[in-house]
Amino acid sequence: MKLLDFSEQLIPLDDWVENGVDWLVTNYRDLFQVVKVPVEKTLQGLDWFFGVLPPSVLILLLAFLAWRYAGKGVAIFTLLTFLLIGYLGLWEDTMITLAMVICSVLFCAIVGIPLGILSGRSNRFQTVLRPFLDAMQTTPPFVYLVPVVMLFSIGTVSGVLATIVFALPPIIRLTSLGIRQVHPELIEAAVAFGATPWQVLRKVQVPLALPSIMAGLNQTIMMALSMVVISALIGAGGLGGPVVQGLNTLEIGLATIGGLAIVLLAMVLDRITQGLGKQRKSG
Amino acid sequence: MNEKTTKIEVKNISKIFGPHPKKALKMLKNGADKDAIHAETGMTVGVQNASFEIFSGEIFVIMGLSGSGKSTMVRMLNRLIEPTGGSIFVDGQDVAAMSSQELIALRRQKMGMVFQSFALMPHLTVWENAAFGLEISGVDKKERRERAIQALEQVGLDLYSDSYPHALSGGMQQRVGLARGLAINPDILLMDEAFSALDPLIRTEMQDELLKLQSRAQRTIVFISHDLDEAMRIGDRIAIMEGGRVVQVGTPEEILQNPADDYVRAFFRGVDPTNILTAGDIARDTAVTIIRHRSDGPRAVLQRLISKDRDYGYVLDSERRFIGIVSADSLRDCIEGDGGRDLTKALLPDAQAVQSSDSMQDILPEITSRSWPIPVLGDEGKYLGIISKNLFLRTLQRGHEEAAMPPAAEAPSEDKTI
Repeated sequence: MKLLDFSEQLIPLDDWVENGVDWLVTNYRDLFQVVKVPVEKTLQGLDWFFGVLPPSVLILLLAFLAWRYAGKGVAIFTLLTFLLIGYLGLWEDTMITLAMVICSVLFCAIVGIPLGILSGRSNRFQTVLRPFLDAMQTTPPFVYLVPVVMLFSIGTVSGVLATIVFALPPIIRLTSLGIRQVHPELIEAAVAFGATPWQVLRKVQVPLALPSIMAGLNQTIMMALSMVVISALIGAGGLGGPVVQGLNTLEIGLATIGGLAIVLLAMVLDRITQGLGKQRKSG
Repeated sequence: MNEKTTKIEVKNISKIFGPHPKKALKMLKNGADKDAIHAETGMTVGVQNASFEIFSGEIFVIMGLSGSGKSTMVRMLNRLIEPTGGSIFVDGQDVAAMSSQELIALRRQKMGMVFQSFALMPHLTVWENAAFGLEISGVDKKERRERAIQALEQVGLDLYSDSYPHALSGGMQQRVGLARGLAINPDILLMDEAFSALDPLIRTEMQDELLKLQSRAQRTIVFISHDLDEAMRIGDRIAIMEGGRVVQVGTPEEILQNPADDYVRAFFRGVDPTNILTAGDIARDTAVTIIRHRSDGPRAVLQRLISKDRDYGYVLDSERRFIGIVSADSLRDCIEGDGGRDLTKALLPDAQAVQSSDSMQDILPEITSRSWPIPVLGDEGKYLGIISKNLFLRTLQRGHEEAAMPPAAEAPSEDKTI
């Protein structure tokens, strides 16, 4: 049976993909370079902002946000975390990482929330979108790291782009879930009083989905932080740098403080954004 | 209602749920019934060729068990559910044929709606909820708040305007729902089982509230209910639905006394007729009446009572106005006492009449405390007939088996001038 002869590769999908990427790179590299411009500009802006901001102001600002949205405990924790990061000599790397995370989360929100709303309102759209989200969440980032580098060259911007791909699914899924969880009778009531579909979305669905959207945002931030080390492999700076360098040169201590800073930063951002979500819910 | 102008006219409305409603509609027109259509096509007939009119300013109750199509019916009035066939005229305009803009305008200006589940927005305060319809129509915030507070005042909740719905009890939440419906000042209020989720005491309170509101500003209210007592209590007219069909439309009395079929009759089984039937409805003109003339003698009256085998006689004046009751015993005492000249001496001292509009509930104390049948008076004190204990009990019992018989005068009246 030729049909069940698996000793030879019948479908050279790997070759096709390679050729396809090559073809994209040779013909459309310029286009992809243009696509990355908005990300690049935003990142530059954020980098500049965190660069000129004196550390004391930033620490106080973050502590204030933590106090305002998540309470006194988190505020103190935030304060201590950033002092520790400073004393560990990782301040600059942390600022780069913070800028990268904020930049990727911003683009995830800009792309993800509208997609989530569409997917929440249309079953067909959800069916089409779902396999893409599955692929984005399960494909190991290393697989798309190489094409990303080929199309966008190495550097922090490529790191951010890879991070966007990786961190996008939760905000789409949770926005969609939030929209779907709005009780149908509330939508019916709005329609009965003459609401247009746009009004139903703006005045009922989005406000009621907000806690879920905030949870999605929180998850997206966590995912973005977990990409920090991986994007350091393609030349993105930040806290991934010390970790990768430490691993390459077997400097366990360097890798450890890099990792510690990432974990602490993740905890601070998680607590603040969770507090933000709860605030909305009860308010 | 005195001036009966039609507000809503429903004409041959049908709703079929399924993939090919037009096909099922055709079958329906050719005489197939609901079950046959379901068996053949798998589609469900929600409402089947319903026609009725709703008059301006009345409370029109659509009643039926769950699955009878009543909720579908009310949702077709503002097209939350699209009718498959037929027309609905509101103020002469066909809702079924409206464009989406016209429909939105109709919903914003003419029709408020109150829901069984309250359907309040949890992220909005009480006043913002009450103002929801106004916000949708683009009324500015200051006016919105004013009108919302006014509507909340009408339902007694203005003090809670800055609370959130979850802080209120079920009854209060539904008052907010009602205020939201009233705030847009609509001609028509659609109420879909609005009080069904409330416990019985609160439900009665809300019904009273609704009647009070209705007495202040007459709106056309379409009220959906599965509770017959509720329908009887608040409805000016009732439409009874069964299996998607409207089986009977009429006033509560008409339906109670003359049920269209067994389904309607079954519905009324177990209904307490004492709230609905009035003394006038059940009184019978079977008593011995005595039209009083100057020459009346107690002896002659006694003679008549004995010959008719009755214990009591009802004395009327020449205009048939009620004067009093005499009994065989009182007549005998009178004859023995002063030789039987004056009939008025034989009148029972505590004989009282009830009004024809009194409910059976109202006359119950009178019935139970007297040994004689109670006389019933109509307009201007005119005597209509009597209600005996026996008749009262029989009516009660019928209420549990079938509707009361029409109060036709079975026996010919018995008055004779003596």
